[in-house]
Amino acid sequence: MRLVAIGLVAGLFSALFGVGGGIVIVPLLLGIAAFGAREATATSLGAIVVTATAGVALYALHDKVDPGYAALVGIPAMAGALIGTTAQQRISTRVLTLAFAVFLTAVGVWLLAG
Amino acid sequence: MSTSTIILAVCLGLVAGMMSGLLGVGGGILFVPLLVALGLGQVEAAATSLLAIIPTAAVGALRQSRYGNLRVRAALIIGVASIVGVEVGVRIATSVPEHVLRRLFGALLIAVAVQLAWRARTSKESYPRPT
Repeated sequence: MRLVAIGLVAGLFSALFGVGGGIVIVPLLLGIAAFGAREATATSLGAIVVTATAGVALYALHDKVDPGYAALVGIPAMAGALIGTTAQQRISTRVLTLAFAVFLTAVGVWLLAG
Repeated sequence: MSTSTIILAVCLGLVAGMMSGLLGVGGGILFVPLLVALGLGQVEAAATSLLAIIPTAAVGALRQSRYGNLRVRAALIIGVASIVGVEVGVRIATSVPEHVLRRLFGALLIAVAVQLAWRARTSKESYPRPT
């Protein structure tokens, strides 16, 4: 029942914003479903495959999906994700996390102002 | 699309993937503003971002399942239940004005930034390392 509730919230978030839903699923799995950190991240990725596929299918009915652009950013991102997961074991992510937070704030302000 | 735009998009896609691998966030949250900057509308950017997310999430899930971290049944329950939320989300996104959606997304980015900063401050190891 808790998992169903997590799914409902994650789906709404995912479709509305075009994100996978991991930012919602991971904290909820940790907080209300007593998952461990690794299990939460892994299970979130599995759920996202289903959620994002449903989102693409429904948005395609409204003719909103651009496969060319998706390939343009999605294919390099796959390569980047492999590099990122490997590098994670070698470097401290603490400073990087803070720098990324600053960057996201700047982009957020740009979108709010634009 | 000019050659320099394509090169820029590929480089930023690579960076978005690296951030997602490093920090556990940064797929869609970077794809959407990137696609907006490339000229897509907010709704098109969200829809296209979801398509770009699928292969990266699938590869990540497969890797994790080999290490025994993926709880398949839980993932399926969340995934199937999410379809109802997705249906509602798509309806809202296609009916509210784009600038409202864009501002909401801007607010979401700042909220995620605060959450990340909080995690970096409170724990030495912000995200679980891949096994």
